[in-house]
Amino acid sequence: MPVHALPSPPPGRPPARDALADAPRRDPAFVARVFWLSLALVLLWPLGVATEFRPWVLWAPENRQVSADFVASFWPLVLDPEFLQLVARETWRTVAMATAGVTLALVLAVPLSLMAARVLSLSALSGRMARGPAVLRWAVRALLIVLRSVPELVWALVFVRVVGLGPTAGVLAIALTYGGMLGKVYAEILESGEGHATQTLLRNGSGRLQAFVYALLPGHAAELASYTVYRWECAIRSSVVLGFVGAGGLGQQLDNSMKMFNGGEVATLLLVFIALVALADRVSAWLRKALA
Amino acid sequence: MKHRPTPDAPAPLARAYPREAANPPWKLPPPLFDARCRACWFTAALLVLVVASFVSLDLDWQAFASLEAARSMGRFVAEFFPPDLSPAFVQKVAWAAWETLAMSALGTVLAAALGLALAVPASRLSPRDVAWLRSPTRWLLNVLRAIPELVWAALLLISAGLGPMAGTLALALHTSGVLGRLFAEALENAPAGPGDALRTQGVGPLRVFAYATLPQVLPQLMSYTLYRWENNIRAAAVMGVVGAGGLGQLLSFHMGLFHMHKTATLLGAMLLMVACVDALSFALRRVLTR
Repeated sequence: MPVHALPSPPPGRPPARDALADAPRRDPAFVARVFWLSLALVLLWPLGVATEFRPWVLWAPENRQVSADFVASFWPLVLDPEFLQLVARETWRTVAMATAGVTLALVLAVPLSLMAARVLSLSALSGRMARGPAVLRWAVRALLIVLRSVPELVWALVFVRVVGLGPTAGVLAIALTYGGMLGKVYAEILESGEGHATQTLLRNGSGRLQAFVYALLPGHAAELASYTVYRWECAIRSSVVLGFVGAGGLGQQLDNSMKMFNGGEVATLLLVFIALVALADRVSAWLRKALA
Repeated sequence: MKHRPTPDAPAPLARAYPREAANPPWKLPPPLFDARCRACWFTAALLVLVVASFVSLDLDWQAFASLEAARSMGRFVAEFFPPDLSPAFVQKVAWAAWETLAMSALGTVLAAALGLALAVPASRLSPRDVAWLRSPTRWLLNVLRAIPELVWAALLLISAGLGPMAGTLALALHTSGVLGRLFAEALENAPAGPGDALRTQGVGPLRVFAYATLPQVLPQLMSYTLYRWENNIRAAAVMGVVGAGGLGQLLSFHMGLFHMHKTATLLGAMLLMVACVDALSFALRRVLTR
């Protein structure tokens, strides 16, 4: 790396000493850094105990042998046509589960977010919102928060018990969790920004649905659509995970192959899954750019 | 005055405004599908995708839309009550909750360290930097990120055995992919001034990184890490269903044996934990952004 020439010292003065020579040779904050680092390690100790974190177990000879065998069996990939056909079918089921789940989530989220949005309140036009509508809005909001704070895997576990193994449980799980997420964020998006056009329409006697369609929606449509697309992408990822509890799709196939220690199938499925996630990522980025 | 347009012969005028955004008011609405309109194609594709999804999934509508299903759902929920609140079991649940918290915290710390170690080769720290490792490292980060925690956990069970360590490592691997990418972006977007000043004095790349680049981005890296920790607590709570420790492992164990009262306690504990994390992070964010 070239050292730039420092400006030559003005004549008549002793040459300025090199700034680096004056600087301390060692890190001035060295002691403090060591102290904080060791404090952090001491604090991490109980966490390590609680999680039975013993990484050397991974290198124990018998474990090393098992893992090495498993990883070695990743190659060659299983590429026989029958298995590939199965993979293609399961991949489509994964995408279909995500799409159907997000569609049902929309059915849930759109009405709830309309009920929760404060901009569409008629009584709030003249000062404070009346008590009844305010309570209703809080209730809807609480419902959305409850729906979204239950992880989809827990919903899936419950629904697998009720409706049996298969994609129905996965679709319902995605629909409920994502309904909550979409509804909450939709309401927040609708309330952000200028409410002027909406209020004008409402003051002039339009209905709330009309005010939504003609004032609120045009202003926020791009944002709403791009958030939905993003959630669809997330739903594809989580529908794979749902397969592990028996909701069908790539995840279930992956679980089966792992239980049979069939490394080649696992590797093929993982590659397909990574490709699917990358594809969904691309499609969603492209769509969001087109919408912006 | 011969060519005055009349409402029933609007064609010449309509042609004068070929592709205006607004429709002239006397015209009928535009056709629903126009081959030159991208949004129409997109909407059609979306409809096809949705319909194909519902048709091909052979969803079992009767299982949850019939009276009998409602009754069985009711029975199922009723079995949950009362939740098992015996002191011994509550203690067990509390320990599992602590284990979940510890898994998420340790996993996040490991992920931050690994993510930083991967973010340095994945970013171009100065315009002179050749950064030949940049795209391979980014590929690695993408792979780490693309595989969900739960799948990592299932894979790691083979070498780490059942228990929370597999979960911790799984969280660390997935999160290091996420954090590594975010860290690399942050490092590349750091203001170049201080680093350049040191570099022109002949300071080596390691010290430029440690004393100019890192201190500038450290607050941002911390906030990314905290945000991921919040996510990881939620992920750690459910990750045990494949046997990777924490609340989830207890949940899948007791649910598998149809111990419904215990399952109810566990579900309650899980929801409580998620709600606490949500509330805490909301409050913290409020305090910090004020």
